[in-house]
Amino acid sequence: MRDFSYLRATSPDAAREAAALPGAMLLAGGTTLIDLAKCGVAEPEALVDISHLKGLDTIEVGEHGASLGALAKMSQVAGHDGIKSQFPAVSEALWQAASAQIRNMASIGGNLMQRTRCPYFRDPANFSACNKREPGSGCSAIGGVTRGHAVLGTGGACIAMYPGDLAVALVAFDAAVHLGERQLPVDDFFLLPGSTPDKEHAIRPGEMITAISIPASAAARRSTYLKVRDRQSYEFAAASAAVGIELEADGRTIRDLRVALGGVATKPWRAWAVEEALRGKVLEEDAVRRASLLAVEGAVDHGANHYKIELAPRVVARAILKTGAIA
Amino acid sequence: MTSQTTIHLTINGHDHSLEIEPRVTLLDALRDRLDLTGTKKGCDQGQCGACTVHVDGERVLACLTLAAQVEGRAITTIEGLAQEDGTLHVVQAAFLQQDAFQCGYCTPGQIMSAVACIREGHAGSDEEIREYMAGNLCRCGAYPHIVAAVRQAALEVAS
Repeated sequence: MRDFSYLRATSPDAAREAAALPGAMLLAGGTTLIDLAKCGVAEPEALVDISHLKGLDTIEVGEHGASLGALAKMSQVAGHDGIKSQFPAVSEALWQAASAQIRNMASIGGNLMQRTRCPYFRDPANFSACNKREPGSGCSAIGGVTRGHAVLGTGGACIAMYPGDLAVALVAFDAAVHLGERQLPVDDFFLLPGSTPDKEHAIRPGEMITAISIPASAAARRSTYLKVRDRQSYEFAAASAAVGIELEADGRTIRDLRVALGGVATKPWRAWAVEEALRGKVLEEDAVRRASLLAVEGAVDHGANHYKIELAPRVVARAILKTGAIA
Repeated sequence: MTSQTTIHLTINGHDHSLEIEPRVTLLDALRDRLDLTGTKKGCDQGQCGACTVHVDGERVLACLTLAAQVEGRAITTIEGLAQEDGTLHVVQAAFLQQDAFQCGYCTPGQIMSAVACIREGHAGSDEEIREYMAGNLCRCGAYPHIVAAVRQAALEVAS
């Protein structure tokens, strides 16, 4: 790991100012940044430590929704009573992510900034071609070992998967990222790779995530995060789904449905087509299974990751049936 | 660019002052500068849990924590668990009684993780113990005995 200078920020404004200097980066929990610095992917010249700033770690849940301070830890949000009761999919996405130690370290803001786990991206010593690291250098994953790569939202420049869980639930429930004064839907905060896979987030130099807000909804209250993976715990998703359902008074007709996918796409993936196909329909298994196939419309595989195209609709269907409690 | 900085760490109740580069992790500071080698370096990438320590009572990974970042926080390592007279912590004793290790390399991290797991209230069933101890890998595969040790210690703490 290259040496860098270390500055402990005393206020959010001071942090933003220091982090806007060339070569400087914000440091919160460090679980992504220190790891990537060790891999040789991140080469900061200066780290601006915001983990000691006061007042940015509050978690508030009220009738209009939740506000999560950027420095709240994953473990604190996962275990918060209001989040568990009003946004169960958010709590479940968090406690099924990483390990207890990492959840105690990683901040909510930093969680949104985590980078892909693409092994080619993470190994500059052995793979010089990576458009995400070095724009224009090529993609080592295409034609390589692709079992963990994305099938949705890919392009010729990059097929790296978005690895997170929390943001999948956030996208499903129309959460917003607060960057000081500016705020953006989480869905717009994450960018498709297109021809600029090095740019993953719509954050500008000098900006810092200060909070995440999630509007209250009946669908969020009745929600689940289902994560299917190669081992039962401490593993990234092979495919996952955040699902929320609001039923009509008859207890069987779908009034509102939210579906987002993880583990299959280059960004947290809202499955709009599944939602539209089932809204207003009676919640029954055949219709759910048919509609869930729409989750992978337009999917493109690269050989070893083909299984995700089969798996993702099944995960979506199971999550919908489980959340609707007819499974 | 090599820049030394002086930091003050509170480890197992004792204050230490050391000159380090800002890039030095808490793990390397403990092992290489302070001779506290009970905390182990496994993967050094946040994947194995061998370096688990407590910062302000919460379990974290020392390999992904900069030493400079925890200045002013209370750090507890495996060396700080037993009492001054050598009486073992209830989790340490349970690991011995349940034979919860083979080679022992992951054991300090397992024990630090288990102490926190019980304190968090995440040791209510074998299933919950397995989930909340998942961040500590054991190459020898001593998992059944580790679960038994955590279960035993959790019951002793509760009584």
